[in-house]
Amino acid sequence: MNLLSIVLFLPLIGFFVVLFTPRQSKAPFYTALLATVATFLLSLGLLAPATANGAQFSSVINALWTDVPGLQIHLHLGVDGISVWLVLLTTLLLPIGVWISDSMIRERHKTFFALLLLFEFGLLGVFTALDLFVFYVFWEIALVPMYIMVGSWGRGMRGPVAVKFFVYTMLGSVLMLGSILYLHSITGTFDYVDIMSGLNSGSFTLRPAQQMVLFLGFFAAFAVKVPIFPLHTWLPNTYTQAPAPATFLLAAVMSKMGVYGLLRFSLTLTAAGAHSAARWVSVLAIIGIIYGALLALVQTNIKRLIAYSSISHLGFIVLGIFSFRQQGADGAVYQMLAHGISTGALFVLAGYLEQRRGSLEISDFGGVANVAPGLSTAFMIALLASVGLPALCNFVGEFLLLQGAALAKFSWAAWAAIGVILSAAYMLWMYQRTFLGKLNTQIGEFADLRARDWAPLLPLIALMVWLGIYTQSFLPAISSATSHLLEQTNMNNQYQVLANPVRPEVADVR
Amino acid sequence: MNLWLIFLFPLAGFLINGIWGRRLARPLINTVAIGSVALSFLYVLFVLSRLWPIDTAVGEHCFTWIQSGFLNVGFDLVVDRLTAVMLLIVTGVGLIIHIYSTGYMAHEEGYWRFFSYLNLFMFFMLVLVLGSNLLVAFVGWEGVGLCSYLLIAFYFKETWASNAGNKAFIVNRIGDFGFMLGILLTVATFHTLDFGKLAAQMTNLPAQATTGVITAIALLLFVGATGKSAQIPLYVWLPDAMAGPTPVSALIHAATMVTAGVYMTARVAFFYNHAPSAMTVVAVIGLATAVVAATIGITQTDIKRVYAYSTVSQLGYMFLGAGVGAYSASIFHVMTHAFFKALLFLGAGSVIHGLSGEQDLRHMGGLRKYMPITCVTLLVASLAISGVPGFSGFFSKDAILSAAYAHSPWMFWVGAITAGITAFYVFRAFFLTFMGDYRGHHHPHESPASMTIPLIVLAILSAGGGFINIPGFLSQAYPLAEHENSTAMIISASFGILGIVIAALMYWIRPSLAESARRAAGPLYTLVSNKYYVDEMYQTAVVKPLVGTSRILLWRGVDEGIIDTGIVNGLARIVRGWGVLFRRLQSGSIRNYATWVLAGSLIVIFVIGLFGGGR
Repeated sequence: MNLLSIVLFLPLIGFFVVLFTPRQSKAPFYTALLATVATFLLSLGLLAPATANGAQFSSVINALWTDVPGLQIHLHLGVDGISVWLVLLTTLLLPIGVWISDSMIRERHKTFFALLLLFEFGLLGVFTALDLFVFYVFWEIALVPMYIMVGSWGRGMRGPVAVKFFVYTMLGSVLMLGSILYLHSITGTFDYVDIMSGLNSGSFTLRPAQQMVLFLGFFAAFAVKVPIFPLHTWLPNTYTQAPAPATFLLAAVMSKMGVYGLLRFSLTLTAAGAHSAARWVSVLAIIGIIYGALLALVQTNIKRLIAYSSISHLGFIVLGIFSFRQQGADGAVYQMLAHGISTGALFVLAGYLEQRRGSLEISDFGGVANVAPGLSTAFMIALLASVGLPALCNFVGEFLLLQGAALAKFSWAAWAAIGVILSAAYMLWMYQRTFLGKLNTQIGEFADLRARDWAPLLPLIALMVWLGIYTQSFLPAISSATSHLLEQTNMNNQYQVLANPVRPEVADVR
Repeated sequence: MNLWLIFLFPLAGFLINGIWGRRLARPLINTVAIGSVALSFLYVLFVLSRLWPIDTAVGEHCFTWIQSGFLNVGFDLVVDRLTAVMLLIVTGVGLIIHIYSTGYMAHEEGYWRFFSYLNLFMFFMLVLVLGSNLLVAFVGWEGVGLCSYLLIAFYFKETWASNAGNKAFIVNRIGDFGFMLGILLTVATFHTLDFGKLAAQMTNLPAQATTGVITAIALLLFVGATGKSAQIPLYVWLPDAMAGPTPVSALIHAATMVTAGVYMTARVAFFYNHAPSAMTVVAVIGLATAVVAATIGITQTDIKRVYAYSTVSQLGYMFLGAGVGAYSASIFHVMTHAFFKALLFLGAGSVIHGLSGEQDLRHMGGLRKYMPITCVTLLVASLAISGVPGFSGFFSKDAILSAAYAHSPWMFWVGAITAGITAFYVFRAFFLTFMGDYRGHHHPHESPASMTIPLIVLAILSAGGGFINIPGFLSQAYPLAEHENSTAMIISASFGILGIVIAALMYWIRPSLAESARRAAGPLYTLVSNKYYVDEMYQTAVVKPLVGTSRILLWRGVDEGIIDTGIVNGLARIVRGWGVLFRRLQSGSIRNYATWVLAGSLIVIFVIGLFGGGR
């Protein structure tokens, strides 16, 4: 039996098992933990074949799902040097999500754990699907549990917030479905690999106008999910009102769906469209970087601040993807991992703060370092990773992204780098008001981190250092996948190639 | 050679004290902290003795750090003569200051935290100095900035300390923005970041490396240097950085970290040599900083702030040297400055320690009786910085000013007059501290041996350090120009001595003169003593508008108002409106449906008729 299918379906099996566990017990927690940890350990097995040749899809499953004449859908899945890391990121962060939910989710925890497993199933499908229809199905599967988690366990105005999140994302994905069906009407297949080889062999072509329409359909779904300015207004409220474990997963893994889609599908299937859109997408990305950072500067709520900082960080990734440079693409994938880990850690820590204080308004804190030095230190480390301190994970990603942008157009890198200055400002100001100074007298009991609180943080901190220093464990596989991807981008982009015949760095890539 | 061992020791010290320090006894913390730096110092001596006379650069490849496309950045280290000088300064002075700190910090809480940060600083500083490409150097560059932040904000309960820490980090980030762009442009132009490979390309420049591009790279890297080395316009963080414990001011904000910009400029001299206009910018900024900071130094009443402005001013001299092409003179001044400025700060620390925390010159005086060792060593340091012949500062400052004279005489004159001002304000501080009668109400006492012995060692180095011929040692990399100029030497030394004499008159022999001079200066004095209101200007012109715009215009206005409430929710309302309309259509009444069908048919027939369908 194929390892990928076990990794993919284990969370789904876990979902059903959790549904049958007794409500008033620890059983749902242990079942979910077991399922997610087992999934993680098994997913490590995907690594060797996927990194051996990052450009090829490995551990491939290809089973016929529906056989309606003219509408064949295949359960076609596989991982390459890009997606294997996103699969691992997902399988690593899910046990952490389960672990922190145990103490942070007070009611109906059985349902919550079940939803976490369903969410993992959906995400793994998104990152491995090679059939566009299947991709769309998993895309929606991942959305539903998150919607329920935000809507039922959130704080304050959770109802309207969750609806907005759902409708906003749905609208985007419906347009993507339109593009997928349109592409099917032209090519007669949903299969990504078939379409790409057809395009490369020239057995069918997509005219630039067709590509633009297709591009926009996909872009609608991806841009909302990233989110790209100005489609971001669902995010701050959703991140802020969602329960801590849900925010953690939203920011750490779910935000990678959009950028993954842009890199995997928009750049290859609709290369000409992506090329001609690159200019305004890059401008929107840069606006997002600066705009997100400026708004983070003035937030009064810790979660909301990190939410805006995420908009800023993801803008870098989009900018790198649309630089069409090896460095930009490598940086994009690297930053997906780095951002997942550093922002993930920040949201775990925000969860601890909320758990202890019952609030995340910065003004409710002050001087926390006096009573919780461990928590303050951990927060400082995650903060430093997040602001891109060299030798920690985000720096490598940010450097490559900026380098890609600089090679495409130097002024873009210059504008984007302003976000790096601002990130230090908003993070340090928040840290000062929350952790430094004399202890806020309103704070009563405030426990420092216990061993069980450290447990999910230590692997994240270790990865921050590992990703920051020894990139050779990750980058070679990513590079071979992205260089293959950029080659495809060029083949499918004959119209553009004629317009700009000399691109030395693409020759270099080969 | 295992060069990485040099910085591995302090890293280990940081980890041990950082993780377990809270539970360790103080002697153990001291052993780890001082021992790691001592091992590092000894290993540096060992490496240098093995490589002596270091005629060629010795590189070492640790591992591939970042490889993507044509870009391959190794975690590479290199030792050449420039590195050798910096390694000795950093580990040598660092070791002395670590020892001193055990005495100075004896009564502070967070003792282990202090030493773990100090070790971490040593680690990053050594990475910065050893890095053989711009990106590895950038690891150290940002890392020392982090340690600077952590140590400035060491007394984190106090708002002034954390404010100063934030200011240091953020202002440095602005500089690093430039540095980063310099790196990006270097990669785009030369496809490498390795110092050796870049230097090799200078003889055979690639087509895209025009003078304009190289000038841009040089200027962007210099933006980084203005942040780290506190030059106009980014010098504002350094005086505030005095919020940290005094040994930190000595090590990081005087002797080592702040000279990183000078080191980096010398390291990438090959860029500057191809960009004459960038060099002019460097020289002018350096000179302007030297003058501005020196004038502010006259009016400060906090002993540490006097020395802080003097650091800014001396760093300006170093950039003046680099800007006129005398890189080796700059590095020479980096070294002598490390000795005498570390001594000034440690001496000030000894005074502050002896006065239970008093830093205000107006509440000192007459301390020569109570702390003779501190008094004598500080006198040596003051003579050295004033450029009195024979003392170390004389030689290095003379090397810079002679080169400036050869480049353009007006720079020499401005520099020489500034040397006079320097001597004046440094001796003003000295006389106010040690001469006259004691004006405070503490019980002054001399500091323990752990503090005075480092003072004595540094005093010897400050007095005799000028006889170490750094320009000669570095002449392979930075050829010596023939501009020994005895007239220039005599003029600048005379200005120094003049400054000392005036200070003696005003602050020792006839103190009433100082008061009348201040009254005579009037508004000018107010302007200077308020540091030309530069902080206030930045606050009003940059910080407040940025925060205000973000809060009111962007957040409340654009984000919540226009985009979310206006467009997104507006669209939702419109859709709901249509929904209401369509719901009315589905009334369930057959008669209604029939009416709509009829109306629809009529419209269809009408449209077809209009466009001539059915033909």
